[in-house]
Amino acid sequence: MTQANRVPGGQIDRSKTLKFNFDAKQYTGHPGDTLASALLANGIRLMGRSFKYHRPRGPLTAGSEEPNALVELRGGARQEPNTRATTTELYDGLWARSQNRLGSLRFDLLAINDRFSNFLTAGFYYKTFMWPAAFWEKLYEPIIRRAAGLGSLSLKADPDSYDKGFLHCDLLVIGAGPSGLMAALTAGRAGADVILADEDFRFGGRLNSETLSIADQPGADWAAGAVAELAGLPNVRLMPRTTVIGAFDHGIYSAVERVSDHLHSPDPGKPRQILWRIYSRDTVLCAGATERPIAFDNNDRPGIMLGAAVRTYVNRFGAAPAQRIALFTQSDDGHRTARDLIAKGIKVAAVIDVRKEAPRDGAYETLPGAQVVDTRGRMGLTFVEVRLPGGDTRLIECGALGVSGGWNPNVHLTCHQRGRPIWNNALSAFVPGESLPPGMLVAGAAKGEMSTAAALRSGAQAARKALGLKGRLPVLPEAEDADVTAPPFWYVQGAERAWLDQQNDVTVKDVKLSHQEGFRAVEHLKRYTTLGMATDQGKTSNLGGLAIMAELAGKSIPEVGTTIFRPPYTPVALAAFAGRAVGQDFHPTRKTPSHFWAKERGAVFVEVGNWLRAQWFPLPHETHWRESVDREVLGTRASVGVCDVTTLGKIDVQGEDAATFLNRVYCNGFAKLAVGRTRYGLMLREDGIAMDDGTAARLAEDHFVITTTTANAVSVYRHMEFVRQCLFPDLDVQLISTTEAWAQFAVAGPNARRVLQKIVDPEFDLSNEAFPFMACGSITVCGGLRARLFRISFSGELAYEIAVPTRYGDALIRRIMAAGAEFDIVPYGTEALGVMRIEKGHATGNELNGTTTALNLGMGRMVSKAKDSIGSVLSQREGLTAPDALHQVGLKPLNPDDTVPAGAHLMAATGPIDAAHDQGYVTSACYSPNLGHHIALGFLKGGAARLGEVLRLVSPLTGVETRVEVVSAHFIDPEGERLRA
Amino acid sequence: MHDLAPLTALGHAAPWTDQIGGMAITERPQIALASVTARQGREPTCRQTLTTWLGDGPPPPGKALLRDPFSALWMGPDQWIVAADYDAHERLADELKAKLKQAASITEQTDAWVCFDVSGDRVVDLCERLCPAPARRMQTGDAQRTTVHQMGCFLVCLKQSEEMRFIGPRSSAGSLYHALVTAADAIV
Repeated sequence: MTQANRVPGGQIDRSKTLKFNFDAKQYTGHPGDTLASALLANGIRLMGRSFKYHRPRGPLTAGSEEPNALVELRGGARQEPNTRATTTELYDGLWARSQNRLGSLRFDLLAINDRFSNFLTAGFYYKTFMWPAAFWEKLYEPIIRRAAGLGSLSLKADPDSYDKGFLHCDLLVIGAGPSGLMAALTAGRAGADVILADEDFRFGGRLNSETLSIADQPGADWAAGAVAELAGLPNVRLMPRTTVIGAFDHGIYSAVERVSDHLHSPDPGKPRQILWRIYSRDTVLCAGATERPIAFDNNDRPGIMLGAAVRTYVNRFGAAPAQRIALFTQSDDGHRTARDLIAKGIKVAAVIDVRKEAPRDGAYETLPGAQVVDTRGRMGLTFVEVRLPGGDTRLIECGALGVSGGWNPNVHLTCHQRGRPIWNNALSAFVPGESLPPGMLVAGAAKGEMSTAAALRSGAQAARKALGLKGRLPVLPEAEDADVTAPPFWYVQGAERAWLDQQNDVTVKDVKLSHQEGFRAVEHLKRYTTLGMATDQGKTSNLGGLAIMAELAGKSIPEVGTTIFRPPYTPVALAAFAGRAVGQDFHPTRKTPSHFWAKERGAVFVEVGNWLRAQWFPLPHETHWRESVDREVLGTRASVGVCDVTTLGKIDVQGEDAATFLNRVYCNGFAKLAVGRTRYGLMLREDGIAMDDGTAARLAEDHFVITTTTANAVSVYRHMEFVRQCLFPDLDVQLISTTEAWAQFAVAGPNARRVLQKIVDPEFDLSNEAFPFMACGSITVCGGLRARLFRISFSGELAYEIAVPTRYGDALIRRIMAAGAEFDIVPYGTEALGVMRIEKGHATGNELNGTTTALNLGMGRMVSKAKDSIGSVLSQREGLTAPDALHQVGLKPLNPDDTVPAGAHLMAATGPIDAAHDQGYVTSACYSPNLGHHIALGFLKGGAARLGEVLRLVSPLTGVETRVEVVSAHFIDPEGERLRA
Repeated sequence: MHDLAPLTALGHAAPWTDQIGGMAITERPQIALASVTARQGREPTCRQTLTTWLGDGPPPPGKALLRDPFSALWMGPDQWIVAADYDAHERLADELKAKLKQAASITEQTDAWVCFDVSGDRVVDLCERLCPAPARRMQTGDAQRTTVHQMGCFLVCLKQSEEMRFIGPRSSAGSLYHALVTAADAIV
């Protein structure tokens, strides 16, 4: 198809032709076109279907406020629903498809909804789907879900990447129309760091759409010159295709830059979009204004659009919506449109001006005091029906109608911190109120300064005020300064099916119904009718609805009030919020020092927080994880095993008062711990509940290294810093994390000492006498490398933890494996670690679960009464020390073949199975290869006195009911002989 | 002399360098680090001793002291990270302890961190894709605590608009490196 509606001029590059596809049909356009302008140039007015009634729709606007011309852009995994054709920059190969239809765009089967519009009025959901109740889940919900929504998702992963970024500036200028350009020029020339952002791909705002002149040159040329000057200033950053979507605290603004949306696909490595966080000292909002429509019956046919949009399509894009255009206006704007059309050689059917004293121009017919009362044309406008002042009606043939109902300043970003706009009688519009986000100034049409000269002036003034510039305002370029005020005209009396919100199919009749049914408050009106919802957020509809509600309620519009606006200003792809944090990069990965070695050995890894830990090390013949884990457990208990335990939190505690400090954060005593010794420590929260456990090794009188569980490394460090800085600032104690600095390996098993004797330098005596259980010290290994050795055991075996600077961790574990080869050393992972600690009865995160006390854990006597420590007082609360308090116990099935699932609950051997008779629950369970059956740890009411009792272990969710015996939690070596060997 | 071979944080035997467009991203394992925190009531002594040791006063908040053979970075009230060449000062913490004695708590931090130096005329653009620090305004010797893809890092301006140092958690070296390379690919 040729571009039949292309007219001369505009800011498109006619030297190049772009091919694009809409609804499987190919068209052509030019660089500088939007999808909407190119379609109009090709004579296509029908671009979509409305949400509820599936009415045929074309573009109402030429910008981001567009409610109708929404398409699915691109195909495959790059499919993007609900994309505004009015802001989609045309590129070669663009592929778009209309949406929200069943069948083709012209023959949408769901258009039958329009026939039932009397039943589908506002609130019909609430009234219709009340009964019968049984129908809701099976019938109503599926139907509603099928009908809801506009575009569709591809359900495939987005192949493109999205970046986040951070910018700082002295002055952020939002919007690059005349006021924005003038503000940026003023600040840029003064040397300030300026960011100028505009959602359009071409700076200039309305200057690109109008034929007004500035400084004796076309406005668009002046804008281009201003942009060129700004581009030459090193302190100014120009950000086209960038929508500032939100104003947040402390001068922070969020902006989406569409880096590659105007390309067929992003260049390799380049993001599709960037979500910028902009830190600005001051901001000038120059967001312009949005023209508002007039409501009349059937005002939604393709071809009916705002007058300003008509001028944009004709002047900027050289695309006529039709060859014969009528205009409906309440101000001089309609006449401006008429003059522009005539200049382009387009026939003006008539200017229908609601004012009786409308200006006349011999170049076109004017109908003063007339109103459009109805329209014709099923798939596009063919006639408008005009009621003349005398009451007669007249049909006027036209393919498009430009509607000019006044202007609404774009106050959206002024409201993002609860700012309330105020009513301006002269403009009949809301303008920014006093309560702006701190540091924000407003200029130009967004402030209600509607002439070009006023926009330039207010832009310059705002920038100067923000920067604190003194002196007289420099001479500004000359521009038109016409009075634009005119009485408002919201809707044609008698209109019913007159669309206010074209995206949500909200009509004048719906607003009347809302009033009739008592939903009169502005927030109720919005929710009852859906006025102002969805992708356009009511940019063209809100005020019309308010005006009608005000009239019905007998109030003024400011008395009715307005809803305020929240971020984002325009829809944002969720991918932009995710940025690079998707898939494997969802969060940073932490690798242990032995990671590369473990990977070589085929370890299976598990995520523990951000850490990747080896879970087990399968051998080639092993087909099930249990085979590997059982082997690792048995091998360790029989001879020796090695495990990377670097992930445990390590905190360096130093200072004259280090021991006093630890004495206060741990519930058990640390003041008298000897240098060279390690002690198990239990940390309580202030409410007496166990927070974390670990060990504290005293390396010197004023130096400890404590360990935390892997999961709580950060929270414990944060807690200790709080205690240090806020609770006991008088103590001389310094903290720093050393978790990453040291590679630490547990070497456990009866042959652990023999292995380490081949690693540790010979001057260090590892005998039981010289280095007994719970000893610690600084040593050297492998001929002089500094290291630390701790004789502590999580497995219950003779065990050590040896630490070297992390860069040597890989080499050390290889050396340990080599040294242990003669003892058949096995590397073991977190599963075997877990099995061995359950066999030994050691508590971990499953038991320290935020509800348990020292008493529950069988460590009640550890809470020292001889000193004060955090949580010690509240741990003695009556409710926590009851005789039937939960105690940690061991559990074993009476039938050795039975499993004991974690999470199962304990019930008496006989009697009901319900919550009222709950006796306790299982926290940890595993198969013990040493015992040959499953074992578990759990909490049982009064459990310490119930050893030998038989209970039922039940899991109603999984249908498990097993008889178990209550036993000691220490299944292996309860006397601790092995670890002291 | 021990015979264990070190690995860099990225898991290589030698430092890794990437050239992406005009950008160079280089891992710097040969930097010894130690934290110095003044003990209560001994802050003047600590500062004085550090001044002598560093050849200049320890840096104030937001600053790094870039000197040879020792440099320093402010990391908290009366708390600094001191850096030196690893080969010459592998036992940097011990050296500092010997000088500062009871005036400060010293902790070896060499392998707690990974350092990447990024250079090139678009290094500021790279920083702007990664962290909220005001990289464009940072002058040589400025330092900021910041976050890169959820990782707590230090950003040190080694040469204004030309070279930046990212100091991040060693265990996440791979993630930090990936973030740097991805950002470099996105801007060059």
